[in-house]
This record gives sequence, C-alpha cells and structure tokens, in this order.
Amino acid sequence: MYKYFPHTEDDLQVMMERVGVKNLDELYAQIPESIRFRGDYQIPSALTEEGVRQMFATLGSQNKQLTCFAGYGVYDHTTPSVIPSLLQRSEFLTSYTPYQAEISQGTLHYIFEYQSMMAEMTGLDISNASMYDGTTAAAEAMMMAVAAGKKVNKVLVSGGLNPKTREVLDTYALHQGIELVTIPLKDGVTDLAALTSQLSTLDGVAGVMVQQPNVYGIVEDFTGFAEACHEKKALFIMSSVIADLAVLKTPGEWGADIAVGDGQSLGIPMQFGGPYVGYMCCTEKLIRKMPGRIVGMTKDNRDQRAFVLTLQAREQHIRRQKATSNICSNQSLMALWVTVYLSLMGKQGVKEAAQLSYAGAHYLCDELLKTGRFHLIYDQPFFNEFYVKYDGDVDALYQRFIDAGFLGGVKFDGGILFAVTEKRNKVEIDNLVKIAAL
Amino acid sequence: MNNRLYGKLIFELSKEGRVGYSLPGNFFGEYDIPASMRRAEDAKLPECDELTVVRHYTNLSNNNFGVDTGFYPLGSCTMKYNPKINEEMASLPQFQNLHPEQPADTTEGARTLVSKLERSLCELTGLAHFTFKPYAGAHGELTGLMTIDNYHRSRGDMARKKVIVPDSAHGTNPASAAVCGLEIIEVKSLADGTVDYDDLKRIVEEQGSEIAAMMMTNPNTLGLFETRIPEIAALIHDCGGLMYYDGANLNPMLGVCRPGDMGFDVMHINLHKTFSTPHGGGGPGAGPVGVREGLQEFFPVVSPYNGNFGVMMRAYAYILSLGSEYVKEVGPLATLNANYIKESLKDVYELPIEGLCCHEFVFDGLKDKSTGVTTMDVAKRLLDYGYHAPTIYFPLLFHESLMIEPTENESKETLDEFIAVMRQIAEEAKTNPDEVKSAPHNTPIGRVDDVLAAKHPIVTYQQMLNDQD
Repeated sequence: MYKYFPHTEDDLQVMMERVGVKNLDELYAQIPESIRFRGDYQIPSALTEEGVRQMFATLGSQNKQLTCFAGYGVYDHTTPSVIPSLLQRSEFLTSYTPYQAEISQGTLHYIFEYQSMMAEMTGLDISNASMYDGTTAAAEAMMMAVAAGKKVNKVLVSGGLNPKTREVLDTYALHQGIELVTIPLKDGVTDLAALTSQLSTLDGVAGVMVQQPNVYGIVEDFTGFAEACHEKKALFIMSSVIADLAVLKTPGEWGADIAVGDGQSLGIPMQFGGPYVGYMCCTEKLIRKMPGRIVGMTKDNRDQRAFVLTLQAREQHIRRQKATSNICSNQSLMALWVTVYLSLMGKQGVKEAAQLSYAGAHYLCDELLKTGRFHLIYDQPFFNEFYVKYDGDVDALYQRFIDAGFLGGVKFDGGILFAVTEKRNKVEIDNLVKIAAL
Repeated sequence: MNNRLYGKLIFELSKEGRVGYSLPGNFFGEYDIPASMRRAEDAKLPECDELTVVRHYTNLSNNNFGVDTGFYPLGSCTMKYNPKINEEMASLPQFQNLHPEQPADTTEGARTLVSKLERSLCELTGLAHFTFKPYAGAHGELTGLMTIDNYHRSRGDMARKKVIVPDSAHGTNPASAAVCGLEIIEVKSLADGTVDYDDLKRIVEEQGSEIAAMMMTNPNTLGLFETRIPEIAALIHDCGGLMYYDGANLNPMLGVCRPGDMGFDVMHINLHKTFSTPHGGGGPGAGPVGVREGLQEFFPVVSPYNGNFGVMMRAYAYILSLGSEYVKEVGPLATLNANYIKESLKDVYELPIEGLCCHEFVFDGLKDKSTGVTTMDVAKRLLDYGYHAPTIYFPLLFHESLMIEPTENESKETLDEFIAVMRQIAEEAKTNPDEVKSAPHNTPIGRVDDVLAAKHPIVTYQQMLNDQD
C-alpha cells in the first residue's frame, strides 16, 4: 500500500470484476504492444517524507542567502505573514477555475476585489483576472493593440523597456508577424521627438509601449505621449512597477489605454523567478478586446449579490482560434496574494512603503556617490532603483558584495543597477557602502 | 458558513485610519518624493486591521470547494490530491529568497533541482530535453508550436503554417495555434471517438507540404486511446510535419506508455494535473515543454527566468515521493477508477461509446431524455450533495456531455457514494424533476444570472458604486 493510493487488494478485485478485467494490465489491452512501456523508469526510488525533507534541505543549503539590493523587475519587498497563511487555506489552494459559480464564490469574490484594486492602482477603468507575469502581459497588450486596430502591424517600443520584457515581446511578435520598432532614448528617457517623427513616417502603428520607471529606474515624464499616439490612432501602453504606482502618476493620468506589468512588487517572494502575477488594465471601451478571464458582478436566483466569470465569448473555450488570446489557467492564487497584500497595506501602507523605498534608494545613492568611486550614468529623477558606473573592477566589486552576503544590484552594460525596498534598513545599507568604498 | 459581516467586499469593511501593517520609520533623512512625480489622488484601497482581513478571506474560502473538501470528478482537469509535503518544500526560505538574477554559483541548489526535475520528466515521457519557461498548459502549447515553427523556419521551409487538430480538441489548441500565427485544419472523429485516419490521410495528401504539425492528446478528450497513433505519426512525419502531444491527458499514461515512444516530437506537461501541484483556483500552473534530441535549440524565450519555479519544486517533491516504484501505478489506478464509475452508471446515463476508457469518459446526459432534465441540471444537483460537478458540455461532439475523471487517489467508498448519488439524481429526474431543474439548493448562492453580468458588465467596486448613483 502507498499513502496516496487507497486501493486494497479486495477493492482491486471487486472493481476489476465490475469492469470486466482480470488484472490492471488488461485495462490497456487496446494499446499496441510495440509502444507499451515495460520495465522500470530510471528515476530514484520512493523517498519517505523525511527523505524528501532531507533532499530539499541539502539542495537548499547549496543556495547562498544574500541580502538583496537587486531589482531589474523583481524586488525584495516585505511579505506580511497573513498572506502565506491565508493562501494555504485549501479551499483556495486546491480548487479549479471558478466555472461552477455556486461553489466558487470565494475565488470569484476575491478576483472581483483584485480587479477593483488593480484598476485603482493604475487609474484605469477595468482589469482582467490576471496574466502569467509582467512580460507576457506586455506581449498580450501588444497583440491586443494590433487586434484592436485596422490594418496595423507595428508596435513602437521604448528603449527604456527592460530587455527581459523586450525579449518576450520579440518572441511573440516574430510568430504573430508584428513588427517592433524601438523608440530611442535620449539622456536615459524615451525621446518624444523621435517618437513623434516615427509616428508620422511609419504606417500601420497599432500601439506604443513605454515603461515606468524605466529599466534604469528613471521616472519618465510622459507629457504629450498619449496625445501623440491618439492622433495617429495608436494605443498608448504603459508597463509599470505596480508598487510604485501607490505614489507615482498613474497610467490613467498619463492617458494610457492599456496598463500592464508584474504584481510581484506587492509582497510576492522572489522565488527564483516565479510564480508571480501579471496584471492588465484598460479603458472601458476596450473591455471586449481584453484577453483572459474577467469576473463580473450579478445576482443569483435568490436575488443575492453574486460573482461570475463573464464576457466569456472572448475566450478560447468558446471562440477557439478566434479568441482574443489562448490563455486559460492564469495566476489566480497569486492574484489572491496581491489582493490580501493590498488589503493589509491599504491606502496608507502602500504609500509609506513606496516612500521608504524611495528614501532608502536615494540615501544609498548619495552614500555611494560620496565614496567618490561611483557616478550616476544619467542625471534623471529615479524612484527606488538607480544605475551607476563604478570606476574600478566591477566584477571584483560584485564578488566582494557576495562574499560579504550581499546581492549588490544587477550588472549590465558596464554599470550596476541598485534597488532598495522598505525591507532594507540603514545598517544593511551602510554595510554595503563600506564594502563599496574598499 | 458565511458570516454576513465578513462576507462583504473588503472595501465595505474599510474604515478610515485603520491599518493592517507595520513598517519602520524613516531613518534616511529628508528624501521626499517630489510633487511633480505624484498621482493626484490616492488609490482607493481599503483600510482594515489585520483580524478583519483574516476573517474576511477565511469566510470567502468557506464559499469555495476544493479537492480537500470533497470528490472533484472534473473531466480533463485531473483534480488529484495535492500533497501537503509539496507545500512545505515549496515554502522553504532557502529557495523563496532567491533573486532570479543571482549569479549561478550562488543558486546551485535551485539549478540542481531544475536539472533533476528535467531528467525525471525526460525519463517519464521518453523525450530528450525540457524547457521550464512556460507558465501554464496553454503557454506550453504556444511554446511547443513556436518551437516547431522555429524548426521549419530554420530549414527555410516557410510554407508550413498549418496545424491539424482533431475536432474533439480542447479550445486552447486552436487558440494557441492562432497566437503562433498558424492556421487550423480540423480532422474529423469517427463514431468511436478516435481520429478518422482516412480523413487525416486525405488532408495530408492534399496539403502535406504545408503541414507544420499535428496536435493530439492521447488518450483523447473522450478518454479513448488512439490505437492508430504509430500510423498517424508515420503519416505526419512522412509529409515533413512534427507530432505535438498535448499533455493534458498524460496521467493515465504513467506506467503504461510514453509520448516519445508513441512517436511524438514535442509535448507539454501540465504539472498542475499529472504532477499534483495545486490548481489554485485557476493557476499558477506550469507547462514545461519537452522535445526530441535536436529540437531544443528551437525553444523560444516565452518568459524571462525559470517559469513558475515554485510549482516545479512541488512537482519534484511529488516525483521524489512516488519514486520509480509508485509512479507506474498512477495510470492504471486512475484508469481503473474511471472504468469502475462508467460501468456502474451506464445503465442510467447514456454512454455513447462502449468499451474501456482511460482516466476519464463522457456520458451524453441521462439515458431517459423524457424528463427534460439536462446535463446542466445534473451538474447543479451534484453540488447539493457535496460534490464538485464533472466537466459539462465538453467535448462538443455530444449535446449533453458530462465528462468524469476520478484520478487514482479516490477510494472505492468515495466512488461508491458518488455512484449512489448519481443514480439518485437519475431517479429524482423522473420522480421530482423540478427539484433537479432548480438545483442547487444547499449552496451559498443559487444559479447566477450570466446574461445580466455580460450585458451590463460591472467588474470593479468603483463601477458598482457608479452604477448605484
């Protein structure tokens, strides 16, 4: 007997008799013998629960635990202990997509709250029930813009987009036949003059995508961008770090039609790349072009408030190849994660955390500049992440950080991008600076 | 139990000034965010204390039904038990705190886990390499099709833009092909539910030079094994196409048959089905894609890092727990359970295709059609008796599809009780049809008004407030 299989010998006999087979092998009598798998899989033997624990403990000990000053799209924020505890409620954890509304109100209810919160954070009208992550949400926004326009196949993408996002966009664009054109940066920010000229010379532009803060951590000024886009009937798409939108001017205020990004900055552990959750919000008039699931409010036959998956005619299980997207499973449980996070942090907490991250990053930046070994590559306003050049051996510095227990930013193009969140205290920052000053 | 206070929307439990967090003071000096950067108004988020938040979401969870609550025979979804040890392993801080940009020599444990999981999946499927970038099943389908498209492009074979799918296929198959820029050709099913080989042959003869791939599940969506799979694979390979295996129905094949041995070149696995990771109310799952030797160089970049690494940790814990001894029992026991239910109910529910099924099977509604009780009614009545409904109205081959998949974890007692309830509902359909047609009666809410929701979409709290004004 095995703990996950309840079948006793007696059970097997009675059941096989009902089915009309003499042994379990006969259940597969129809499969040609030439393709049957006989013998044993070459995988390890079964481990006891303690054996599994030991295996993971060994693997875990081979990972180095570092105090994180890295960002680049993934941030080490504080996680309130309430969240993992509530997410282990097995009624949430072990349920399927809420197709049976009568016994899925828990999931449908929190998705409605999630959608409401995402719309508030981005300043847009509506939200879907979640996407996989920020990069795929950006890819879906790109395809949505092309599908919403007429005879369009180009999307202009700011050079300020994280290259990781751009790489995923390139993948989808290749197969979709979408042409991506880069909008150059000037002094580290998207060049509006270049964009305007691209919009006037290129035909068939479906959308324009920018990132806030951009890959260098710079908070860009998008004055005039939405107008330039809309004049050419292109949709304005903003990818943002959602935690920063607690205080930053929102995509809605900048005139964006679609807002996308990753929800990871709302207290989701970094866990080596996932699971996170992508968000996508848009204006009300684009709702029927939206990919993915959407939860709506309605009534039941007892006149009670109820929630249900709605506008399903957009989706793959109804429209098949004509659907707005192929997405089916999304990241529902991670949407619950950010919903509980935003419920706990609330109106004040998200602002306080953002302010602390901002202050910590600016303090670290000032202290690094004081050592005389660093300088900012762009003289632009930044939020909780900044890009500096080191006047010594960057690789050696980076290794010194690691040896001292720090993940000292992310290195790329000869510079280092440091990030600070509310989780980092002054002692940690001062210690990092000491190592940097050596 | 649903508490009238805590079951409201979280926004309706908010009171100005309450907080549910603790943050440090600012020890960094005067670094204020400049006004020019700021949003004009705060986001209207709730303001709640910690216990209110805990009670609210605990109450919501009580309105949900999970595998831990009761039997969940949802066809094609493989709602198997999600072992608790997997959760414990996935929550280890030594993995949770890893930034994906950390240098390789500081993440050796995590990387070893990924490569060990890859080796296990290769062995279980008969393929040579896996990419873990895809986040879900449909994302895996897309990744697999992009891999195939990249392969044909690399050979300058630019005309191969058509994908053959059976008419019984899941909706994500054609949708994924469309996102990949490929065109769909549907191949018909025979009366016995399997692919019409002659129709396939005709398609290949007419359009062979344009075929990029054929996408199949095996067993198919009716739970039937496609016995002509070696011939089908040969036909597709001979015309220059590749075979894609949709891993949605891999569970009954564990211990029985490997996709690589069936002739498939590319596949995805739903770790949240076959490898026991929780469905989470609709994700996160994971859809790793495996390929034959030589195709790995065509993997596309569909996500930045290691996919849903937390989900992969759970799947690895499951494989370690089962080991080579028990993993091979998964398929046969799942298949026995499905056939046991089928044989116990086929006298009262319409079984359109006789014979052995694999992990799941489809009834075409009640046998007695005179009562007017539909598959929808049966499904809703099951909720009253404490069961999750089977998958309904899919596949599209029948009008009243009722698709049942029990998984290997369910005991004979559970199945017997379910069978008894299904028979009772069939009886009620004759004696008290109105009771069935108006079901459910014992759930937190009754049947919902879908039309109202779609005609007048209210998808945020703010829209709800505006609507009330």
